[in-house]
Amino acid sequence: MSQTNVVSVPRPTAVRIPLREIVPWAVFTTVLALLVLLFVTTEAGAVSLVSDGLVHEFVHDGRHLLAFPCH
Amino acid sequence: MMKTLLVRGMLAGLVAGVLAAGFAYLVGEPSVGDAIALEESHGTQAHDAASHDAASHDAASHDAPPHAESPGRAGSGDAAAHEHSESPDHAAESDAAPGHNHGDDALVGRGVQSTLGLLTGVTGYAVAVGGLFAIAFAVVQGRVTTLRPRVSVALLAAGGFAVAVLVPFLKYPANPPAVGQAGTIEDRTALYFGFLALSVVTAMVAVAVGRAAADRAGAASGGLLGVGVYVTVMAVAGALLPAVDEVPDGFPGSLLWDFRLASLGTQVVLWCALGLVFAMLAEKALGRGSRDGHAVTVRQ
Repeated sequence: MSQTNVVSVPRPTAVRIPLREIVPWAVFTTVLALLVLLFVTTEAGAVSLVSDGLVHEFVHDGRHLLAFPCH
Repeated sequence: MMKTLLVRGMLAGLVAGVLAAGFAYLVGEPSVGDAIALEESHGTQAHDAASHDAASHDAASHDAPPHAESPGRAGSGDAAAHEHSESPDHAAESDAAPGHNHGDDALVGRGVQSTLGLLTGVTGYAVAVGGLFAIAFAVVQGRVTTLRPRVSVALLAAGGFAVAVLVPFLKYPANPPAVGQAGTIEDRTALYFGFLALSVVTAMVAVAVGRAAADRAGAASGGLLGVGVYVTVMAVAGALLPAVDEVPDGFPGSLLWDFRLASLGTQVVLWCALGLVFAMLAEKALGRGSRDGHAVTVRQ
């Protein structure tokens, strides 16, 4: 006696956010994120925006331990 | 919806960053401290031993060798380069040498660097990554995967870690203080970020290819093809790009291993926490909007 469990499953409608809604947020986030990432990962190493090394020294250990080239 | 996801992604990043910073402090800081101690005790010899490009300044102090200019560096004209081109004597008394002062005379003391600075750096990175992660999830969900949100998030976190951290790490591993010549920082940075960018772009292409294949040949084949494309491209690129090996003579291998393991561990903690927290938050966020169709789980 094999019991068959046939369950009628409504096809899952995975939520799909329209690209039109995503794009502005994507641009906004990317710009902000890259700015933050620049300061954390690169500032005063190979690239310098504020250049006195304060940012670099402040995030120094994090940069090393997050595996970015520091100095 | 997008705004909700973004906020939740950054929130997950914040949690992940705090946890990863805790891990980095407990596991990573000891080896960072040891490396700095080594750099300051006989760091000059270590730098010179590794230095092929004529760091010919008389290395009287620990600060001197990093100011040796490589030819490429001298022309870059930014403010840091000017500082770097000062005479070693001047630089030794100047506090403005970025990143090369770990002692008490540094702009930021070790006590701050290893605690608040570490926390800020890691958390800032994690929040930024969390925001980008939320965007990536929004694009992928319903397009590349139709799995329930938390499963998609878990897969995306595993993939994100592999693409953004693990693969670049395998080619250009993290280095503790005292490892790496100052003159090559620009080249090393360019190589690292170039490889990272290639990894991300290749992954996107691979996902698109895999997705297209999955429509015809099934999910398993599509997934395999996508992974195959990514691995092949990155393996070839990794073989072709120049290696960076600037570990000074006499630098303890066990310390290098400890540091690199701690560094990788920090990223593992970060991405695991990001994935798990965001999985929970995204499931809640999307569950509300789609209760009809998708919240169907078949349990026998």
